[in-house]
Amino acid sequence: MTTSPYRIAIVGAGPSGFYAAEALLRTGQDLAVDLFERLPVPYGLVRFGVAPDHPKLKQVTAVFDRIAAMPGFRFVGGVEVGVDVGIETLRNAYHAVILATGASLGRKIGLPGEGLAGIHQASDFVGWYNGHPDCRDLTFDFRGERAVVIGHGNVALDVARLLVKTPDELRHTDIARHALEALAESRIREVHLVGRSGPAGTRFSAKELQEFGTLENCDPGVEPGDLGRDPFDPPHDADPERRMAIGLLEGFSHRMWEKGKRCLFRFHLHPASFEGYDHVGRVMFRRMAPGEDMERELAIDTGLVFLSLGRRSAPLADVPYDGARGVHANVGGRVGGEEHGVPGLYACGWSKRGPQGTIGTNRACALDTVDKLLADLGSLPSPGADAADDLVSALWKRQGLRLDFDAWRAIDAAEVTRGRALGKPREKFVSVEAMIDAARGRDIAC
Amino acid sequence: MTYVVTDQCTGCRYTECVTVCPVECFHLDDEMTYIDPENCIDCGGCVPACPVGAIQPAYLLPPEQQKWIEINRRRAAETPVITSRLAPLPGADQRKMALGR
Repeated sequence: MTTSPYRIAIVGAGPSGFYAAEALLRTGQDLAVDLFERLPVPYGLVRFGVAPDHPKLKQVTAVFDRIAAMPGFRFVGGVEVGVDVGIETLRNAYHAVILATGASLGRKIGLPGEGLAGIHQASDFVGWYNGHPDCRDLTFDFRGERAVVIGHGNVALDVARLLVKTPDELRHTDIARHALEALAESRIREVHLVGRSGPAGTRFSAKELQEFGTLENCDPGVEPGDLGRDPFDPPHDADPERRMAIGLLEGFSHRMWEKGKRCLFRFHLHPASFEGYDHVGRVMFRRMAPGEDMERELAIDTGLVFLSLGRRSAPLADVPYDGARGVHANVGGRVGGEEHGVPGLYACGWSKRGPQGTIGTNRACALDTVDKLLADLGSLPSPGADAADDLVSALWKRQGLRLDFDAWRAIDAAEVTRGRALGKPREKFVSVEAMIDAARGRDIAC
Repeated sequence: MTYVVTDQCTGCRYTECVTVCPVECFHLDDEMTYIDPENCIDCGGCVPACPVGAIQPAYLLPPEQQKWIEINRRRAAETPVITSRLAPLPGADQRKMALGR
């Protein structure tokens, strides 16, 4: 129970949710924050998005733990806003609500055959190898020798890299056990990373491209026939990062295929359709390279396709949605904006501005949203003094569990212990039931 | 590997880097900012944020700039963490213009 005059709810315990909590709790105002999360475990895409072989990025959780220890912070795990409790109920119990719900939906491609078996959203594969409970039962057919990844961003690189790394390169990461076992049996030896632009137009970051030159059993390559004229000339306004990425791709174009697997970067290919009877057998593309006067058709035979075309936020009931941008409709973080505004409702992070930037971009973004909230705070109606605590107590009572940050600490400790035996930083629990069982080590009944 | 602030920061000290650092690993003195290599998580978010391109990954530094790896390490240990953006140094905007950025 807290006596703070201002009560703020944040929905979603990913980086943006934590940074919004930090921004609020650092204002010096007397306020308290409840961070709602549908799973019993926090950190959002740091846990379920960042690739298992990028452990250094995950060290950012130490910052989130410091935020969780700030006075006035409470983690409300296991409560799904929009399902277990509606937005209107939250708004009535808090002075303000910040949506930090991320971008959980993969963009569809809208082409014939998209529904065939063997075609997956990259984000589902990412959730699967990272042990997300929603993705643990997915299956991927690794029996073929070739996989195709459509999209030229860093998620596509993660997918390709996980497909070509050896079991030994992954064994000591926090990859989910089911994924390590399935990938160890994979027969994939060639991954095509396909995009519509040329080498100068990708969204790959240089650091992540560079890793492809250092893999144990995979050579990066470029299909020369894709390239067209002057493929590696950087545009005149290219920043150093872009120039570096283009230079790395040019370096890949000179590599020989010597190792067991190959990751082939392919350009100027516009997906046209997916063909197959009930399972995808090949992907049809139209090739339009600069300096060529004719468009060509081209097929890549494959039984495994990943679509990595970006993400959008899941709409929430009673929250206006911006379908064009794929985010909660907002102006600078105020949901609805000036004309159709929903007072006391805000958005930050990917559900405010779309899936862009690095983890820290969300810190500046959350600060910006919190500035707007603070400017409005005096004019927002006050809920009853006990409304927030009564609501959280009722929600936890209904499920008979109090999944707060201490419950997460118990889950965390159990995962680390499980991992130690396997030489991994942790072995994640991949079902909500198993997470809750691990939390029962301490008294969470209520 | 880590990221490193170079002397390109001197004279501007925009501190845009601080707003996007997820782990608050920027330190500061009267001249420039420094990255604490122990806390940096290699996300690279600060590189495009710097208005004058003062930040680079350590592995890309040309030989004459390599000394900044050690300077960042030493000065980060000697100076306070900066948690929010400050006004740039006087003359920063003119310098940025002169650099053609």
